[in-house]
Amino acid sequence: MERSTTNHTGIKPFAFSEQGLAECRAIMARYPEQFRKSALIPILHVAQSEHDGWLSVPVMNTVADLLGIQYIEVYEVATFYSMFHLHPVGKHVLEVCHTAPCMLRGSDDLIEHIGKRLGIKPGETTKDGLFTLKAAECLGSCGSAPMLQCGAKYHEHLTIEKVDQLIEELGSKAERSNYTDHLDTPAGNGTTASA
Amino acid sequence: MGRQLLLEHINKPGIRGLEAYRANGGYRSVEKALKTMSPEAVLEEVKKSGLRGRGGAGFPAGMKWSFLAKPEGVPRHLVVNADESEPGTFKDRYLMERIPHLLIEGIIPSCFAMGVNTAYIYIRGEYFYVARILEQAIGEARAAGWLGRNILGSGFDLDVHVHVGAGAYICGEETALLESLEGKRGNPRIKPPFPAVKGLWQRPTVVNNVETICAVVPIVNDGGEEYAKIGIGKSTGTKLISASGHIKKPGVYEIELGVPVEEFINSDEYCGGISGGRPLKACIPGGSSVPILPAELIYRTAKFETRLMTYESLSDGGFQTGSMLGSGGFYVFNDTACIVRATWNHSRFYHHESCGQCSPCREGTGWMEKILYRFEHGLARTDDIDLLWDVQRRIEGNTICPFGDAAAWPVAASIRHFRHEFEYHATHPTKVKDPKHCEKEPIPFPERSYAG
Ligand SMILES: Cc1cc2nc3c(=O)[nH]c(=O)nc-3n(C[C@H](O)[C@H](O)[C@H](O)COP(=O)(O)O)c2cc1C
Ligand code: SF4
Ligand code: FES
Repeated sequence: MERSTTNHTGIKPFAFSEQGLAECRAIMARYPEQFRKSALIPILHVAQSEHDGWLSVPVMNTVADLLGIQYIEVYEVATFYSMFHLHPVGKHVLEVCHTAPCMLRGSDDLIEHIGKRLGIKPGETTKDGLFTLKAAECLGSCGSAPMLQCGAKYHEHLTIEKVDQLIEELGSKAERSNYTDHLDTPAGNGTTASA
Repeated sequence: MGRQLLLEHINKPGIRGLEAYRANGGYRSVEKALKTMSPEAVLEEVKKSGLRGRGGAGFPAGMKWSFLAKPEGVPRHLVVNADESEPGTFKDRYLMERIPHLLIEGIIPSCFAMGVNTAYIYIRGEYFYVARILEQAIGEARAAGWLGRNILGSGFDLDVHVHVGAGAYICGEETALLESLEGKRGNPRIKPPFPAVKGLWQRPTVVNNVETICAVVPIVNDGGEEYAKIGIGKSTGTKLISASGHIKKPGVYEIELGVPVEEFINSDEYCGGISGGRPLKACIPGGSSVPILPAELIYRTAKFETRLMTYESLSDGGFQTGSMLGSGGFYVFNDTACIVRATWNHSRFYHHESCGQCSPCREGTGWMEKILYRFEHGLARTDDIDLLWDVQRRIEGNTICPFGDAAAWPVAASIRHFRHEFEYHATHPTKVKDPKHCEKEPIPFPERSYAG
């Protein structure tokens, strides 16, 4: 879990896009007016997607102002949850699950392979800013192990070949991979949770 | 194949959409409950069914609902726990992704029974794409009049909202979940007061697992008594098992409670046997928080009775020789798996996920991880086993929430049943530096007996 909010590279001011703001308002409408702080986590997701995949101090302050809460209330939440990045991250964050059920099916080899191929260790970002490698805890996909998550998408039943292909594809993808992406396949993620 | 109450239609084409769902009998339970039953009658059926919470603790659902406080003029809430973060568990995702209307359908008679007009589905942030699927299904249900004002002319109103989290295992614990839903850090609350009295926004709240709420659909359709005919004793109905690890066919299986564990592991209907043609070494039957069982105690209990997939049989023998059904996160180890490595892996998970409020949990999980790191990397001595035992012993029962116990139990069970592997690590430092040492040369099983 990241705990520092003091990233001073993020001094750029931040404002939501019109669409982002509309999304925030729709989220706020789900909770009683007097408890609108409840919208904080979903709104931070929107903010993070609109700010290159990470939360700077100005981003968090903007969210606090939108909800009418103290800045500290946003910082304490943003520092608690593992999906919020408090430092710049790569365009595609590869989150490889390394918890026991995935470990039994080869996740360690997968992390080692990706690390070697990209020349980074878990937690690091490639110099070209394309990839961040993250070791993640159980992502609820143990029956399709080994697996990784990139943005909204689960990539399952991975092999070294499949992961090489994925890195090629992502490397030439124009858009950033965000958690809030709408997956375009009609079958959702097309995952194979069952045999 | 046993009866499939939840998964029967899961592979039907288009079942994610309302039309196909409805064509396969969907939303019948809503018609039945709202048109022909009183809220009390729905509650009565859930009580009769014997349904127990499917999130891990196995608390009877009907009883939980009847504890819900009903002060005048205060809204009540149902919060569906879709946080699903217990390692080894992936059944709720399967349900929500493939057949989202089943959950939405289940929410309606449940809320009707409890007099709830607003329900939230708290889903882990990583399942963002599943949240979208749920939102789409909610939109369809609302447009078709299954949600909203005056449903089916019954005078009953219901709104359902999806709320995404942001990555924190502890938010599966119900009071941490409520804090998170209020826009705060996921720090579990001190109980009492229980959520049934003061829950979301201090209002009376019931928190139930996704699968629990889905099971309300067949219970309302067929009646609680019919449901209770499936299973054995106090383990009634069907249960989804998330099967993974060293088996031939990982996946989600719906079993009638009471299937023998041996059949579940080896039958082609379920796991299809151990992968790699290797011997079975161990099994964690209910998610990472429950004690590991060694090979000798998986198919049979210490009393030499057939071990069954029920709450009672899996916990037979207590923590000495039993485990728990838990969330049904069932993972299997063959003899190429290193138990020390797996235990280190689990303790790293718990250290990472501790919310940090209680010293025994925050510090203890860190200590356990450090000691286990030393074992795994050939840096520990034999007497460090006792140190590790001592650390885990001081966590259990001394914390605000059961997370502390959940972090300690797996370590205790690993030492209890696999002490020889810890000794091996302490005495073979060069060998165990290779993380694949068990694949190359499995650690021999000791001669031992659990009888008596
Ligand atoms: C550390 C911890 C994590 C938990 N994680 C989950 C979870 O991911 N999903 C879940 O349904 N219940 C989880 N629970 C259990 C919940 O606290 C709660 O008992 C459950 O949601 C109640 O629903 P049920 O009665 O329908 O099972 C967890 C409990 C603890 C102590
Ligand atoms: S036991 Fe651990 S997770 Fe639970 S409240 Fe205490 S510190 Fe937090
Ligand atoms: S252990 Fe990797 S998804 Fe569950």
